[in-house]
Amino acid sequence: MTAEGSAKHETEHSTEYGTEHKTTYREALREALRDALRADDRVFLMGEDVGRYGGCFGVSLGLLEEFGPERIRDTPLSESAFVGAGIGAALAGMRPIVEIMTVNFSLLALDQILNNAATLLHMSGGQLPVPLVIRMTTGAGRQLAAQHSHSLEGWYAHIPGIRVLAPATIEDARHMLAAALADPDPVLIFEHGALYNASGELHPDARIPDLDRAVVRRAGTDITLITYGGSLPKTLAAAEELAVAGVSAEVVDLRTLRPLDDTTVMESVARTHRAVVVDEAWRSGSLAAEVSARITEQAFYDLDAPVERVCSAEVPIPYARQLEEAALPGTAGIVAAARRVAGPTWSAADGGRSPSDGDGRVS
Amino acid sequence: MSSTRTARQHGPDRRTKAGRQAAHRQDLLHAMLRIRRFEERCVELYSAARIRGFVHLYIGEEAVAVGVNEALTDEDAVVSTYREHGHALARGIPADAVMAEMFGKATGCSHGRGGSMHLFDAERRFYGGNAIVGGGLPLAAGLALADRMTGRSRVTCCFFGDGAVAEGEFHETANLAALWGLPLLLVCENNLYAMGTALERAQAQTDLAMRASSYGMVAWAVDGMDVEAVESAARRAVEGIRAGTGPHFLEIRTYRFRAHSMYDPDRYRDKAEIERWRERDPVALLTDRMRAAAELSGARLEELEGRVTEEIEHAVEAADRAPAEPVEHLLHHVTSGPPRQERDEGVGTP
Repeated sequence: MTAEGSAKHETEHSTEYGTEHKTTYREALREALRDALRADDRVFLMGEDVGRYGGCFGVSLGLLEEFGPERIRDTPLSESAFVGAGIGAALAGMRPIVEIMTVNFSLLALDQILNNAATLLHMSGGQLPVPLVIRMTTGAGRQLAAQHSHSLEGWYAHIPGIRVLAPATIEDARHMLAAALADPDPVLIFEHGALYNASGELHPDARIPDLDRAVVRRAGTDITLITYGGSLPKTLAAAEELAVAGVSAEVVDLRTLRPLDDTTVMESVARTHRAVVVDEAWRSGSLAAEVSARITEQAFYDLDAPVERVCSAEVPIPYARQLEEAALPGTAGIVAAARRVAGPTWSAADGGRSPSDGDGRVS
Repeated sequence: MSSTRTARQHGPDRRTKAGRQAAHRQDLLHAMLRIRRFEERCVELYSAARIRGFVHLYIGEEAVAVGVNEALTDEDAVVSTYREHGHALARGIPADAVMAEMFGKATGCSHGRGGSMHLFDAERRFYGGNAIVGGGLPLAAGLALADRMTGRSRVTCCFFGDGAVAEGEFHETANLAALWGLPLLLVCENNLYAMGTALERAQAQTDLAMRASSYGMVAWAVDGMDVEAVESAARRAVEGIRAGTGPHFLEIRTYRFRAHSMYDPDRYRDKAEIERWRERDPVALLTDRMRAAAELSGARLEELEGRVTEEIEHAVEAADRAPAEPVEHLLHHVTSGPPRQERDEGVGTP
């Protein structure tokens, strides 16, 4: 979306709640959908089990009763057809929101997402924008094994022509959808499965976010921890632990994985001179690799130490609890990486890395 | 459409039934000749390295695009394949814009981004030019879905080949369209080969109309070398769709006379087979029929050919003179609005 568009939202939007409001990530997403469906007749929700079932993860529960089966549209298990139908409907003036159950299933629609949604505007010489929003669940942590747990949003962030969002907070779950629908181009929203039950207060002053900006979730002076999505709570917990140990960590939530907001990241690194990137995807060829490379390109002389990455172990995510935990970035692993980067004083006190840190090097 | 309008300026007296038939056949002939000569010229230009990339010729299949287009209105939408010069021209995209696109020029109908395989014209509701076999089908269903949801009586026509029937996207879309009763015309151009693989070597059941009908939609096979048969079938199907009876499927049996693309040495087909099909050349078939009915004089045919040549030569000259799309515009149209180069591309951009 344009800077103009986002500025408009900042000033125009006011939340419907007068006071601070206890809610969950799931309910916040549902409220966002409800708002969008009420605000614009062109908006409809389409996907597997979004209607009568109430959504695979319960996000759209109750919307069928309110908006009816034309606008809360259950589809057959045909990811390619219903994602492609979303693209066609968007071309014909609708504002479809397509839900795909999980990112692993989205691979069945990858042709439509890459070869049509992301490409039509360019291939047609600017004639055919595709104002489509696709929502899907990503990430591990629920013992769902290797076909329901991967973090492939970094793959999608590789593709020019689409915007990739990763709401990590209740505010973003509540307000990102409106900004996504205002974008004339395709937007993919990755909802981390482990966050659906996260509860908290929705601040009444919460605004529709500027989708071109990352956000500093915690200010600090000694090291920058850069993350997004489901890894944000773990990273904030790590920052708490580091604070106890005397390390002041700044936490940057990327929020928008494409286009990346280099400015916020580089400004933070210029202040702290050290950076760790936390990303639940596999390390090789990851978004963490991209962010790390950009820091090296743009802020090399600000750095006092090499950038480190905390990613998932390079293994299909296993079922057993202890194996899954070992595969994923964990608070302990983030703390350990931060200590190594932050300097020899803290690093020596750490006593080396434990294999259960889940920093992606256990394999 | 614009082609047929041009042809209507001259010719038989449209006030009588016989005159109307003769005039209509002349329109059909003109539309097919336009595609045939355009592509023959493309072959020369390809040999002269003026056109590059993949070029898939439609020669032999002209009756399909022309016949089907007769059943559509300007309001309807068309989704096509990488073998789409014929569909684009029949739809009324000016030959100038199509030729300029083949030349990769700024005046091309996709501003030089698409080339032969990706012709687009939003104003004429021509949605490409899809080079992923079967990839246009879900998109077409979505266009039709939007019309259904908003209560418009438009039809979306999706062209695809016999090869696409082996793709999952065909079956997903056929099911979805039938389930939701979408106003979708599925036009399968069965030219018997998926690139070099013959239908019977790739598909266990080669009766494609029967397979489509298994999804609960009206489906039948049509002689694709007879433009009037195609037109009549398409009209019947479109009428049914507009009447609200859901998607229709036409298996149009046709044949491409040339190789799959300019790279294809055509080793997989029997020359005699090609010759047999050439005997049913759709242009010759219609010409003969018109001559037998005394509807086409030699002078009239010459005049039609002359007009076609003039249009194509104009397109070639215009494309030749047209400005190139500047390299500075490389990142235009990646996203809407001004290019986001520095954000999307980081500092490593060339």
